[in-house]
Amino acid sequence: MLHTSLHCRSFPSPSHLRSLVLSSRLFPSVAVRTSPTLSLRRSRANRSIAMAATEDSRIKRIASSIRVIPDWPKPGVMFQDITTLLLDPQAFKDSIDLFVERYKDKGITVVAGVEARGFIFGPPIALAIGAKFVPMRKPNKLPGEVISEEYSLEYGTDVMEMHVGAVQPGDRVLVIDDLIATGGTLCAAIRLLERVGAEVVESACVIELPELKGRERLGDRPLFVLIKAKGV
Amino acid sequence: MRKGEGLGISYKRTNRTKCQHSVSLSILSFLTPVSRLVCALFIFSSSHTKLYPSSETLEREREREREREREMAAPIEEKDQATEDPRKEGIASSIRVVPHVPKGGIMFQDITPLLLDPKVFKDTVDLFIERYTGKDISAVAGTRCRALRIVVEGIEARGFIFGPPIALAIGAKFIPLRKPRKLPGEVISEEYVLEYGRDCLEMHVGAVQQGEHVLVVDDLIATGGTLCAAINLLERAGAKVVECACVIELRELKGRERLKDTPLYVLVESN
Repeated sequence: MLHTSLHCRSFPSPSHLRSLVLSSRLFPSVAVRTSPTLSLRRSRANRSIAMAATEDSRIKRIASSIRVIPDWPKPGVMFQDITTLLLDPQAFKDSIDLFVERYKDKGITVVAGVEARGFIFGPPIALAIGAKFVPMRKPNKLPGEVISEEYSLEYGTDVMEMHVGAVQPGDRVLVIDDLIATGGTLCAAIRLLERVGAEVVESACVIELPELKGRERLGDRPLFVLIKAKGV
Repeated sequence: MRKGEGLGISYKRTNRTKCQHSVSLSILSFLTPVSRLVCALFIFSSSHTKLYPSSETLEREREREREREREMAAPIEEKDQATEDPRKEGIASSIRVVPHVPKGGIMFQDITPLLLDPKVFKDTVDLFIERYTGKDISAVAGTRCRALRIVVEGIEARGFIFGPPIALAIGAKFIPLRKPRKLPGEVISEEYVLEYGRDCLEMHVGAVQQGEHVLVVDDLIATGGTLCAAINLLERAGAKVVECACVIELRELKGRERLKDTPLYVLVESN
């Protein structure tokens, strides 16, 4: 019995170690033909399951911390209130971490936050990835010279403004808001940024309301969300 | 050098050590000869290592513990007033003054260029984080109203920009304080007087608990009306406002006096 247990727990050979390193997450693009032992294969699988599980538990915590307020601001609307997310420091940190992990190596030079709840998520992400933070605001709030973009709402129009010179041509921009509904606000922000010659790498939101088809309105412009919510 | 001296702690060989040796030796009789030898070597060598720290050491450690507790309980004091942090210079120079906004005669302090410089933005947030880490603050409240000399709907604030990074770094909740009808669900309101007219600040019911220590953050303090309203709101909900923190203070408008005994910490003073 002693003999067999020693045999199962033998030290991995140099070739096994090499295959373990090369096929690990550090070198995901390297394809290596290996014949690992059952224990090595299992430990790799366990590691990726653990990573997926961590991400899933973070998303679960974030989703459960968001409060839904019915019939606000109008009857029939289920309002997704993120202020309760902000009252849970771990969930708030997780939401920022999820964005930072996705964008930290993408060469993003500007994080554009859409008023006002985009101002809560944008700056921590900008600080963590070393990018500038540019607020996109309603009219007459930014002092000095601005450029404006008008966009349509369900009833009527609204205007979004940005400081002249805040974003340079060639800047790689991430647009942040707390929620995407019809996509009108995000589209206006993207158009504003493209007008000054920036490249909008992606738009990111905490919550998406898929039924309102905001993703279609963005067309081929990428959108990343943490949570998809139902109930309009 | 004796073992343990390098650690800066002195060890005295006491009588108790000798007794310990005799007890250990009697236990050794139950072990095999080789293990006896190993144990004996270990016991004799351990007389030089930390078994019984001296009473001076214990007293020093107890004193350090008491000092640490005093620091935690004490109100946050002004440190390093004589030596200005060099980071503050970069912060001050990145604030843009825009004349005649919102109206003629007013010099508007625009912090958006600060946000365009990642290093300066990080320094600003770091200065606050260094001050408030470990000070037992469980909530950071950020305001979104601005009380200027003249009320203009919508020169609104940027307490939302500085508050969340500070809250994240010190592990506190973030509570937005907003203009009326912006927060869904049940709110409590605080109306306050401005130079011309009145304004109102709202907070969610249940955002703060009784006895919580709160830090209020805004980008600028002018007359102090907004910050006072924020403090009143939080105190009505049972919280204790430990301090108010702003990037900029407009000294001439005497906001500091309006806050009375609530401490105020600012990075940059402007005229």
